[in-house]
Amino acid sequence: MTHQVVPVRTYVAVFAALIALTIATVLISGIDLGEYNFIIALTIAVTKGSLVVWFFMHVNQSSSLTRLFVGAGFFWMLILLMFVLSDYLSRGWLPGPRWW
Amino acid sequence: MSTTLPRPETTERPNYLNVDYSWKSWLFTTDHKRIALLYLFSITAFFLVGAVFAGLMRLNLLFPDGLFEHDTYNKFFTMHGVIMVFFFLVPSIPATLGNFLLPIMIGARDLAFPRINLLSWYIYIAGGLFAVLAILKGGVDTGWTFYAPFSTTYSNTHVILAAIGVFVSGFSSILTGLNFIVTVHKMRAPGMTWSRLPLFVWAHYATSLIQVLGTPVVAITIVLLMLERILHAGIFDPNLGGDPVLFQHLFWFYSHPAVYIMILPGMGVVSEIIACYSRKGIFGYGFVAFSSVAIAVLGFMVWGHHLFVAGQSMYASMVFSFISFLVAVPSAIKVFNWTATMYKGSITFDTPMLYALGFIGLFTIGGLTGLFLATMAIDVHLTDTYFVIAHFHYVMVGGMVLAFLGGVHFWFPKMTGRLYPEMWARLAAAIIFVGFNLTFFPQFILGYLGMPRRYATYAQEFQVLHVLSTAGASILGVGYLLPLIYLSWAWRKGERSSQNPWQAKGLEWEQSPTPPPTFNFDVPPVVTERPYNYSEEVEVGGY
Amino acid sequence: MADTDLSVASHASTALKHHFDDSEQQLESSTLGMWVFLLTEIMFFGGMFGAYTVYRNLYPAAFASTSHYMNVTLGATNTAVLIFSSLTMALAVRSAQLGQKRALLSFLTFTLILGLVFLSIKYVEYHEKWVDHHIPGPGFHYAEPQYFHQAQILFFLYFAMTGLHALHMIVGAGLLITLIAMAARNRFSAGWYTPVEMIGLYWHFVDIVWIFLFPLLYLIGRTMR
Repeated sequence: MTHQVVPVRTYVAVFAALIALTIATVLISGIDLGEYNFIIALTIAVTKGSLVVWFFMHVNQSSSLTRLFVGAGFFWMLILLMFVLSDYLSRGWLPGPRWW
Repeated sequence: MSTTLPRPETTERPNYLNVDYSWKSWLFTTDHKRIALLYLFSITAFFLVGAVFAGLMRLNLLFPDGLFEHDTYNKFFTMHGVIMVFFFLVPSIPATLGNFLLPIMIGARDLAFPRINLLSWYIYIAGGLFAVLAILKGGVDTGWTFYAPFSTTYSNTHVILAAIGVFVSGFSSILTGLNFIVTVHKMRAPGMTWSRLPLFVWAHYATSLIQVLGTPVVAITIVLLMLERILHAGIFDPNLGGDPVLFQHLFWFYSHPAVYIMILPGMGVVSEIIACYSRKGIFGYGFVAFSSVAIAVLGFMVWGHHLFVAGQSMYASMVFSFISFLVAVPSAIKVFNWTATMYKGSITFDTPMLYALGFIGLFTIGGLTGLFLATMAIDVHLTDTYFVIAHFHYVMVGGMVLAFLGGVHFWFPKMTGRLYPEMWARLAAAIIFVGFNLTFFPQFILGYLGMPRRYATYAQEFQVLHVLSTAGASILGVGYLLPLIYLSWAWRKGERSSQNPWQAKGLEWEQSPTPPPTFNFDVPPVVTERPYNYSEEVEVGGY
Repeated sequence: MADTDLSVASHASTALKHHFDDSEQQLESSTLGMWVFLLTEIMFFGGMFGAYTVYRNLYPAAFASTSHYMNVTLGATNTAVLIFSSLTMALAVRSAQLGQKRALLSFLTFTLILGLVFLSIKYVEYHEKWVDHHIPGPGFHYAEPQYFHQAQILFFLYFAMTGLHALHMIVGAGLLITLIAMAARNRFSAGWYTPVEMIGLYWHFVDIVWIFLFPLLYLIGRTMR
């Protein structure tokens, strides 16, 4: 599994990137960009999460089986979110009374 | 060095049963075969409790004005559902036959995580105790589906106790699935490639994927339900700004794939039995294997068909309806392949085969009626009627329970070293088949005619059909009791079995002694031939 | 140095369970098992992310209103604390890999302390909410009465999600204490340090959950009106 020892500077570099991205997301959230606030914040979060998964959790050294399972996990959560959202977002497409 | 004379039983070779008789060796075992038996006894006990509630329901339904208080009837159908779904069907085949056979079938000495296997059983029992406690304190009346806001706000029964029981038992299911996944990936014997795996293993692998990916969502749903019941923040309560349909989305995201947990292992059992009693390899092995995984994956994208009349958007409903049609295809593929397997096979009608054939017929009826329900326009008429009840009992009982019984009979010699009495077993299978159909076929008609489900009373015109159904249930009850009696008897007093009484193929029959030793094999197996190698030449279209 | 260079052979052989053929199979199995478990955790939190997404979309005005009560300073600090703890955890695993017992103990302890710092800051935040009567239940009160019900639902989700996350942190802290005790007793070596690695994966996962919780709960609504 983790056959190679990762140099300390790699971990520190990832750490620095994560902190930088955190600062960025906090600063950007203070600016009103409308819908883009959400997209940018989520993109940064996905980037940060990917850095943790790839470097800290050693997926960069892992087998394709492990990577398949990691991908499957996020994909399955997306199935949940997307299908549930598809209901709520498309409810307004039909004329009818709204309860909310 | 013992100075006492050896008991007659110990002249038999050491196996996983006789290696230690103490209760500690059973309650603290990490042997997957013993854990399988611990599960077998536990789920049988829960099945009987669930069956008692079913009996009380059918008793009530003999009379149009009912027999019990309406609230009491509500508790009957709730506890029947909760126990049968969460404490019988979900663990049934995987935790018993799967636990016992999966390592042996792939040539391993145990599952990947034996202690987690034991923990899984402990957790199951803990969850079961909460459910029993809920029953003893008066039961729950929300239906096994725990719909909010009734469950969170208006029900004055012990919802939280029952919910904890379900929540806890979910972790048992997750751990079993986790164990199976890692075992199949990492513990196969040399030569046991994925394309040589018995279809029983494929089915359990697919089931395990569902258990691992789906169960956590119902777990969090139950957490939210319990928090809401305590705090009344309004997350599912329309009076407080919440959406009850959100509960249904989160609940059914698991509970629909759960029904595939409750059928896929049975399909795996049927594949093994059909091959053995047709003396032929399963036709279209690759298709059957792939269809298991396809059912598992597609099964996660259809849950909205439970929400067609709940207020879900029509567009989302159309997507769910379409995918629900799609998910029927892999099931049909299996049925076609089993049939093709039997074609020009050398068929014998021993008890396991009777159950497998019953499965094919009854599951087909149940599955096809599912398509009626997947059709939105028809579902508007049939939803929440007895048609739905008949549909799922055809697949759950006519399918899974029959497969379970067939599997228990098929592998009974392997697990116990004894043979069961064949004539009694065939009689019981026939009684079960007749009783089952008499119980549930009238319910299709009842539902079509408009009899709603979960009603304690009904219009006079439905009584004849209800009486037929209750009569069938009595017969079915007799049919269930028979194996309980003769299998218990056969365990102690049955004729001793040879290593491979059915001359079946598979590592568990050919290379593992009967009953197996603690570590399954005397000699580590190496796999060199294709599965189901029942005849030397490759059959047309066969593996 | 006796404590930095632990022998490989003895630890590896006694750690091999009988049902495995070799320690590589055992390590691969443990790793796959931990990842499958993390998969279940993704789905566990995912359900609540789903509920949050639904209500955020249904009640944008109420969401904007409740956003003002989220303490971004504390939340951002906590984010940095957790990221730092992921670094120290990764370094702890690396120390174990190199058989460096003292470094392993140091990094595990740092990670634990950072985790406890996170939980302390969380406590401060929760206390703030309690003082403001923003805890759902009979004592709930909201300044803008037209959003009373929606705000209660949104705060309910806030507490459910951060509470579940905090619970996982507490479990993680307990696991770290166990690791520290094991490491102190020389249970780990360069040949076998699987629990350190597995709990490391768990810890990083809990960090990732927070990486998503922070923007969704604290940042998105800041400029919404």
